[in-house]
Amino acid sequence: MTSQRTPEVAVDLGLSLRGVVKTFGALRAVDGLDLDVRSGTCLGLLGANGAGKSTTMRLLTAQAIADEGEIEVLGLPVPAQSKQARAQMGVVPQQDNLDIELTVRQNLEVFARLYRVPRAGRGEAVGRALEVAQLTGRADTKVDDLSGGMRRRLLIARALVHRPRLVLLDEPTVGLDPQVRQELWALVDALRSEGVTVLMSTHYIEEAERLADDVAIMHAGRVIARGTPTALVAEHVGSRVLEVYGPPARLLEVEQVGRATGLPTRRTGPAVAVLRAETSDVVADLLPDAVARPANLEDVFVLLTGEKVE
Amino acid sequence: MSTPARSAPALRRIEPSAVGAVVFRELTLYRRYWRSTTFSSIVEPTIYLLAFGFGFGSLVAQVAGYDYVDFVGTGIVATAVLFSSAFPGMFGSFVKRTFQKTYDAVLAAPVDTEELVTAEALWIALRSGVYGAVPMLVAVGFGLQPSWGMLLVPPIGVLTGFGFAAFGIWVSGIVPSIDSFGYVISAVLTPLFLVAGTFFPINGLPGWAQSASLLNPLFHCVELVRGAVFGLELADLGHVLALVVFAAMMWLLAVRRLRSRLVL
Ligand SMILES: Nc1ncnc2c1ncn2[C@@H]1O[C@H](COP(=O)(O)OP(=O)(O)OP(=O)(O)O)[C@@H](O)[C@H]1O
Ligand SMILES: [Mg+2]
Repeated sequence: MTSQRTPEVAVDLGLSLRGVVKTFGALRAVDGLDLDVRSGTCLGLLGANGAGKSTTMRLLTAQAIADEGEIEVLGLPVPAQSKQARAQMGVVPQQDNLDIELTVRQNLEVFARLYRVPRAGRGEAVGRALEVAQLTGRADTKVDDLSGGMRRRLLIARALVHRPRLVLLDEPTVGLDPQVRQELWALVDALRSEGVTVLMSTHYIEEAERLADDVAIMHAGRVIARGTPTALVAEHVGSRVLEVYGPPARLLEVEQVGRATGLPTRRTGPAVAVLRAETSDVVADLLPDAVARPANLEDVFVLLTGEKVE
Repeated sequence: MSTPARSAPALRRIEPSAVGAVVFRELTLYRRYWRSTTFSSIVEPTIYLLAFGFGFGSLVAQVAGYDYVDFVGTGIVATAVLFSSAFPGMFGSFVKRTFQKTYDAVLAAPVDTEELVTAEALWIALRSGVYGAVPMLVAVGFGLQPSWGMLLVPPIGVLTGFGFAAFGIWVSGIVPSIDSFGYVISAVLTPLFLVAGTFFPINGLPGWAQSASLLNPLFHCVELVRGAVFGLELADLGHVLALVVFAAMMWLLAVRRLRSRLVL
């Protein structure tokens, strides 16, 4: 490499995007995005539908080309040296693109070759991926005949067949039942413990809280908040939330109380949540019907983006 | 990383390992569906051969100095190559790109569009080299004299098939929906294969049509096959050149078109 950068900086980052813009006609899908992921950490990319998460993932594999800005993946400039970068990345797309006509094993064999796993190591790599997917017993089943959860596990295992140093997971657990989600979380945990860098987009706040070292909240094509889940919660919504359920008239009153005491509020369906409740001595007395709970990442997300979440 | 990547591929435009991996995928799939593919690729041209061979053969004994069965039995190679290359190129690529998202999966791996297109066209071309020769072998059963030159027919089929496979891939990146292939088949492919000198000699056509057929790759394929089977001439080099130019042009168009569809 002929890079002028200091090696410390380069080694430290699994990926970085600087001032990246991607437009589709008049739409700015990614709009001045700055994002770093340190090597060996997991970054959770939280964003509502259309925030630009998948477009960001495509930019990282050079399946979309940025209009402006700079992208580096594993120290390699993208798209200029994207192929080398892709050789060391695993990609789990939002939309399942397994070969449904092929068996589980054949899908893995094809990807072992696409990722240039040397001939001598291919059998072992496929065997290991089968174990990761917990599909060793179903190796010769056609993908078409697998359950949704099995398919998703295979989709992830396929991305790991060449032992990548960086994995992109685009909403890996969407539409799965809680049990399967837990299984996939264990899988991502295992990756992290092996020192693999992970960028995972998700709608599920709980998933980000549970898996990510760091969370970036994305809105309208840029990152509007970044930090550990705990730090983000402390910074934006404090520690205590008072929640009041009631008819619309009562909710309006609660919002007035919020304004009077200088506390931020947010409405979700039939409830109003008063944030940073711990900073006021009077608000609890003014809202005797409120239920207190600890603040969480969802409060941050909704406060900052004004979007609803699952 | 300042250290070289663990499995950093060389900076070559077309890596054999990338092309090989994509061909391997096709080969794995082919082991599942080879029966139906082979059936449709062979039976249709063979029906044309028999229908024209017997139908016309009973009316005309000789065409352009050949026995009619020799004339059709060699010309039909081009039809078989066309059917087994342009159709999988069009439909296969369209399905893999839009419905199955296979191409997205491939391009997320260290494979670039030119490698993907090369592999897809090469695989189809190899197959059509074999399928193209089958109706000729059927014709041998009906009186076409076997010759050593027939060994050149599969390579001619591969060259022609590569061009038409790439044509199909290019078109698959243009059409708005899979139904639109009907227009391409009726307006482009059918005239090409009917007026290639397969079933009747083109020197019976008006002068402008004869000149136009020089632009028809299938005409060059037909001439080259007849040359291989009945004796090559210097002019056949021109036919090879025409097929190479056709293949190269189609490859370029297919790569450019597919890249603009796959890389946003
Ligand atoms: N190929 C495309 N052509 C035009 N617009 C596109 C294209 N791909 C994405 N977009 C637009 O870019 C914006 C960001 O889309 P993107 O898929 O990145 O969002 P996302 O955060 O992944 O959303 P989701 O959570 O729904 O998957 C959306 O408004 C989308 O409509
Ligand atoms: Mg998305």
